[in-house]
Amino acid sequence: MPEEISILVNGRTIMVPAGATVAVAVTMAGDVCRTSVSGEARGVLCGMGICFECRVMINGHDHCRSCQVLCAPGMEVVTGKSGAP
Amino acid sequence: MKRTFDVAIAGGGIVGAACAAECARAGMSVALVERELVGGGATAAGMGHIVVMDDSEAQFALTHFSQRLWQEISAELPPTVESEPTGTIWVAADDDEMAEVQRKHEYYAARGVRTEILDQHSMREAEPNLRLGLAGGLLVLEDAVVYPPCAALYFWKRARDAGATLISGTVAKLEAGSLQLADGTAVAAGVTVNAAGAWAAELTTGVKIRKRKGHLLITDRYPDFVRHQLVELGYLKSAHSVSSDSVAFNVQPRRTGQLLIGSSRQYDNESKSVDHYILQRMLERACSFLPGIGTLSCIRSWTGFRAATPDTLPLIGPWPESPGLFLATGHEGLGITTSLATARLLVDQIAGRPSEIAIQPYLPSRSFMESHA
Repeated sequence: MPEEISILVNGRTIMVPAGATVAVAVTMAGDVCRTSVSGEARGVLCGMGICFECRVMINGHDHCRSCQVLCAPGMEVVTGKSGAP
Repeated sequence: MKRTFDVAIAGGGIVGAACAAECARAGMSVALVERELVGGGATAAGMGHIVVMDDSEAQFALTHFSQRLWQEISAELPPTVESEPTGTIWVAADDDEMAEVQRKHEYYAARGVRTEILDQHSMREAEPNLRLGLAGGLLVLEDAVVYPPCAALYFWKRARDAGATLISGTVAKLEAGSLQLADGTAVAAGVTVNAAGAWAAELTTGVKIRKRKGHLLITDRYPDFVRHQLVELGYLKSAHSVSSDSVAFNVQPRRTGQLLIGSSRQYDNESKSVDHYILQRMLERACSFLPGIGTLSCIRSWTGFRAATPDTLPLIGPWPESPGLFLATGHEGLGITTSLATARLLVDQIAGRPSEIAIQPYLPSRSFMESHA
C-alpha cells in the first residue's frame, strides 16, 4: 500500500495516497474546483495544466491549477464553491 | 437589399454604432458598414471607462455631456454591458500632485461634478492595496466603467430595432453620396460618415489622424483587490506626450473581479503584436502603485490602436473638402465615454438641429483654420 497523507479541503480532512494531485483530493472530497463567472460548476477537464478549469486556492494562493500540484501533508485547499450535489 | 440610404456609416465601433442608433431613431434610413464585428477594433481593445476629463474646456464639455447621456440610458443597458458606478480615483503621489488634486476639485466643483478629496488615511481606507506613502487623491463619484464591445452591440441593436441595416464588408472608397465596398458593391447615401477610428485617414485623405498603439493586460479574478478605477495624476502627461512612448498607471476593476491593467501610448508602431518592453514598463508602473499586482496571475495581454488627432479633440462634423461626408473619429482614449455625445452632435448637424453644447471645438474644419493661421 502506498503511504497516505492528510490534507484539508474546505476545512475537511481528506486522506490521499502520496503522489496524488490536489485535483484528486478535491474529487475525493466531492467538491467542485470553482464556479464560472455565470455560476456554473467547474472541475478538472484536461488534467494537464492547459485548460485552467481546475483552479483552486492552495495555502492562500488563489488560482492554482489543482491538476499540477501534488498534495503535501497539512496542505490547505479552498475551492470556489464546495458541496456539489 | 436596399442600397440607398439617408446615412451610410463606415465603421461599426462604438462610435459608429452609437451614430447608427441616433440617426435611425431620428427617423433616417441607416446603413452601418463593418468589416469585422460590431464592437471590435479599438472598442474591444479598450478599457471602457466613462470618465469626465478636465484637460481642456472642450474636452470637459464633451465628456461631461456624454456621461450624462450614459446615465440617461443606464437603466436600460443589458447586464452584458456590465455597467458599474465605480467612480475614479486620481492618485496623487506627493504634495505637488495634491496641489493638483485641489485644483481639479475646484474645477469640477465649479462645473457641478461631485468629487471628494482623499487624504492619506481615507485613500488607504478606499483602496487598501495601494502602496503606503501616497499623498492622497481625488475621487470623482459619477465616473463609471462598462464593457465596451457589448455596449457597442447594444447600440447596434437599438439601431436595428429602428430599422438600420448592417452591411458586412470592407469600405474601399468613401465619398459624399456613396461608399464602395472592396467587392465592388456600391451603397448610395445622402450622407456618408467616416467612423473608421484609427483607420479614418486611410478612407479620407487629409484627415489628421494617427494610430496610437496601446497595451492592456487582464488578470484572473481577484474580487475587491481594487474598488475604483485608479489613474495616476501624471496620466495626462502620458496622454499628451506627442513625441515618445509612454506608460501610465491606470487600473480598472471588472464586475467579475478581474483587473484591467494599463496603459501605454506609442506612435509610429503599427504592429499588432505585444511589445514586451512596453508591457514590462507598464507593469512596473502598476506595481509601483499597487505592489500586490506582482503576485496576481495574468490571463492575457493585447494591443489596440487609438485614433489620435493633433489637438487631442475628436473630429465631429462635415469634412470641409467634401460636403455630404461627415467625420466621427479621432477620439483617442475617450471613444467609449464620448460615443453617445458624438452621435448626438453628429445627428444634430445632419438634421440641422441646435446642439446642447457648442460644436465648434470638434468641427473638422478647425484643422484648416489652424493651417492658415
